[in-house]
Amino acid sequence: MSNINLLIDVVLLAMLVLTTIAIVRIESLFAIVMLTGVFSLLAANIFIILDAVDVAFTEAAVGAGISTVLMLATIGITGYEQKRRRKISWVAPLIVVTITGAVLVYGTLDMPAFTDPEAPIHTHVAPRYINESPTEVGIPNMVTSVLASYRGYDTMGEVIVVFAALIGVLSLIGIREHKGDPKHLEPPARPVLQVMSKFMIPFIILFALYVQFHGDFGPGGGFQAGVIFAVAIILYALTFSQQDAMDLAPPRILKRLASLGVLIYGGTGVVSMLKGGNFLDYNVLAHDPVHGQHYGILVIEFGVGLTVACVMMLIFFAFISRGDRNP
Amino acid sequence: MINEHLPALQVVVPLLAAPICFLIPNKRLSWLFATLVSWLSFAMAILLVIAVNDGTILHYEFGGWAPPWGIEYKVDIFNSYVLLIVTAIGAAVFPYSWKSIQKEIPETHHRIYFTAMLLCLAGLLGMTITGDAFNLFVLLEISSLSSYTLISLGRDRRALTASFQYLIMGTIGATFILIGVGLLYALTGTLNMADLASRIPALEGSRTLEAAFAFLILGFGLKLAMFPLHLWLPNAYSYAPSSVSAFIGATATKVAIYALLRFLYTVFGSSFSFDYMQVHWLLMPLAIASFMFASIVAIFQDGIKRLLAYSSVAQIGYILLGISLVNVTGLTAALLHMFNHALMKGGLFLALGAIAYRIGSTRVQSIAGIGQAMPYTMAAFVIGSLSLIGVPLTVGFISKWYLILATLEKGYWPLTVLIIISSLLAVVYTWRVIETAYFQERPAGAPAVKEAPLSLLIPTWVVILANLYFGINSSLSTDLASHAALLLFGGSLL
Repeated sequence: MSNINLLIDVVLLAMLVLTTIAIVRIESLFAIVMLTGVFSLLAANIFIILDAVDVAFTEAAVGAGISTVLMLATIGITGYEQKRRRKISWVAPLIVVTITGAVLVYGTLDMPAFTDPEAPIHTHVAPRYINESPTEVGIPNMVTSVLASYRGYDTMGEVIVVFAALIGVLSLIGIREHKGDPKHLEPPARPVLQVMSKFMIPFIILFALYVQFHGDFGPGGGFQAGVIFAVAIILYALTFSQQDAMDLAPPRILKRLASLGVLIYGGTGVVSMLKGGNFLDYNVLAHDPVHGQHYGILVIEFGVGLTVACVMMLIFFAFISRGDRNP
Repeated sequence: MINEHLPALQVVVPLLAAPICFLIPNKRLSWLFATLVSWLSFAMAILLVIAVNDGTILHYEFGGWAPPWGIEYKVDIFNSYVLLIVTAIGAAVFPYSWKSIQKEIPETHHRIYFTAMLLCLAGLLGMTITGDAFNLFVLLEISSLSSYTLISLGRDRRALTASFQYLIMGTIGATFILIGVGLLYALTGTLNMADLASRIPALEGSRTLEAAFAFLILGFGLKLAMFPLHLWLPNAYSYAPSSVSAFIGATATKVAIYALLRFLYTVFGSSFSFDYMQVHWLLMPLAIASFMFASIVAIFQDGIKRLLAYSSVAQIGYILLGISLVNVTGLTAALLHMFNHALMKGGLFLALGAIAYRIGSTRVQSIAGIGQAMPYTMAAFVIGSLSLIGVPLTVGFISKWYLILATLEKGYWPLTVLIIISSLLAVVYTWRVIETAYFQERPAGAPAVKEAPLSLLIPTWVVILANLYFGINSSLSTDLASHAALLLFGGSLL
C-alpha cells in the first residue's frame, strides 16, 4: 500500500517539476498560462494525497480555475507571444536559485519525519483542535473550525488581502463600461456555447451555494464558493457578451458589495465586542456558546463568499474591458 | 471597556475603515474620514504607550481563544514605541494628502488612494502589534499590496515599473518569511511567538532551525532594504506620489526592522541569534557598506527624492550597525534612530512634497532660487537636513551620539571614524540642494513661485518641530528606546 503511495507521490512531484521547467522554457504565453493551470491541478492532487482536501479544493478552484481565467484575460490584452528580449545573463539568477534550493534541502534534513505521529505539529496545538473542536465549536469539519474560529482573525486578514488586490487592480486599470456602444450591444452568435452555458450556469450557482453553506460539514467555505459563483458569471460573460454580464452584475454594485463583505466579517467581530466578548468571539453571540459559534461562522463565511465573488468578477471585468480596447 | 479592547482596536479601526472609506461617494468626505481615523489611531497608540510604560504587557486574545490555539496581540514597551512612530507619521501625512494629491493623482483615484493608505497603515500597525508569527505574515501582505498600489499611483510612468520591481522583490521577501515561519511550525507545532520562544532553545543545533533563521533574515532583509537587497527602494521612493514617499519612507522599513528584531531577540532569542548563528558578523559589514555606499551615491543624484531615498538606505545602515554591535547602547541607538529617522525623513519628504506642489518637479536644478520665494518650506527642508547630518539640537544628533558611544564602548574606533565620514557625506549631498535653492538665481523666464499652502506647511512644520523638540528634550524618546532595548536584552536572559 505504502509503495503505491510512494509511487504516486514520485510521479506527481516529477510531473510538477517537468511542468515548471516547461513554463520556464516555453515562449508562448498561452501555453504558459495553461501549464500554470496544470501545475495547480497537480498541486491539488498532492494536497489530496496529504489528506488536506480543503486546501486541495481551494487550490483547484483558485489556482487551476480562476487564476487561469484571469491570466487568459491578461494575455487578451498583452498578446499571446512573449516579446523577444535581449539575451540576459542567467548566471546570477541561477546562483540565487541554487543557493535557495540548497538551503531548503539542508533545512529538511532535520525536519521531523513525514507521517511521524510524534512530530510537534501533531502533538502540540493540533490535539485540541481535533479533540475539543466538536464540543467547543460544534461543527464536524475541524478545518473550518480552525480557519473561521480559532484563527478567524487571520482569515479576516486574508479577505482584506483580496480586497486590497481589488483596490490595486482598480487603481491600475479600472473598469470601462461600454454603455451604448453598438459593438457591444450585439452579442456574437455562438449558439452551441450559449445553449450549453445556459444549461450549466444554474448548476454552477447551485454548487457554489452548496459549497458555501456546506463548509461546516465537508470541504468548502466562502473562498471556494465565492470563486465558483464568480465563474458562473464569467462563463456568462464569455459566451454571451461582456455587456450582458455587466448588466446582470453591475460593477458599481459589485464594488459596494465587495466592501460590504469585509464589513460583514469585521462587523461580526464588532458585535461580539459590544456583547462583552473579545473581537470575533462568537460564543457571546447567542445564549448557548456553541450556537453562537454556528451563527458567527455562518455569517463570516457569507462575508468571505460575498467579497471573494465580487472581487473576482470585478477583476475579470477590469481585464476584459481593457482587452476590448486593444483587440 | 474601550481600554480592554485597545490593542485590537488599534488595528481593527483602520483596517475596517478602509472598506468604509471605499464606500464614501464624496472625495472630500473620504479624506476627512481617513484623516479622522489616522488621528484616532495616533491617540490609541499614545494610550497604549502610557499603559505599558510601567512595564506591564497587554495581551489580547482574538476570538477569546487562548494562545497558542488562537491569535494573540501583545503590547510591550518595544512595539508600543513602534506603533507610536507609525501612527504619528500617519497623523501628519493624512491631513497633508488632500492638497498634495490634487496635483499628483487624477481625481478619479482619490478615494482609492485613501483606501489604500488606510490599508497600508493598518497592515503596518498589525505587523507591529501581533504576537503571532503567521498573523504577521498576513498583515505584511496587506501592507505590501497596498504600498505597491500607492507607489504605482505616481505621476511619472516609471512609477509603474518601480512598483512592479518592488512587487517582485517584496513578494520574494514575503515568500522567504513564509517559508521560515513554515519551517518553524514544522519544528515546534506552534505559531505563537512566545510559545515559539519557549520551544526553540531545546532545538539548538537543528539544521531546520538554521534554515528557518536564514530565510527569515533574508526575507526581512529584503523588506527593510538591507544592502545589497535595497535595489527596489530608490525607484519606489522617487516615483511614488510625494505623500506616499513621506509615509512609506518614514514607516515601512522601520516596521520591517522591528519585525527582524522581534525574531532575533524574542523568537529565536539572543543566544541563538548572536552566540550560535553569529548573525552580527553578517549584519555589520552590510551595514557599513550600506551607509558608506549609499551616502556616496546620494551625492551624485539629480532628483532630490532619489537623493533622499539613497540617504534612507544609509540611515538603515546606521540602524543595522546599532543592532550588530549587540550591546544595550547599540540597540538603544538603533531604536532611537528608527524614531528619529522617521521624523527627519518624514519631514524632508513632506517639505519636498510642498515644493513639488508649487513647481511640479523635484530635480535639483529646478529648485534653483526658490529659497526666497518659499521661505518656510525651504527652512523646513534645511532643519530636516541638519537633523539628517546630525547637528546638535536636532534628533539626528541624539541617535548619532548613542551610536558613536556604542562603537566606542565596544572599542571599535574605526567604525566611529566611518560614521563621522558618512555624516560629512550627508553634509555634501544636502548642501547641494540647499545651495541650489538659496544661492542660485531663478532661471530667467521661469514662472513666479509662491509659498506652499498652509495645509501642506502645517503638517510639515509639525514634523520638523518634532525634530527640534526631541532633539532638545530627548529624555522621552531616549527613555522609551533604552527601556525597549533593556526589555529585549532582559527578555532573552529569562
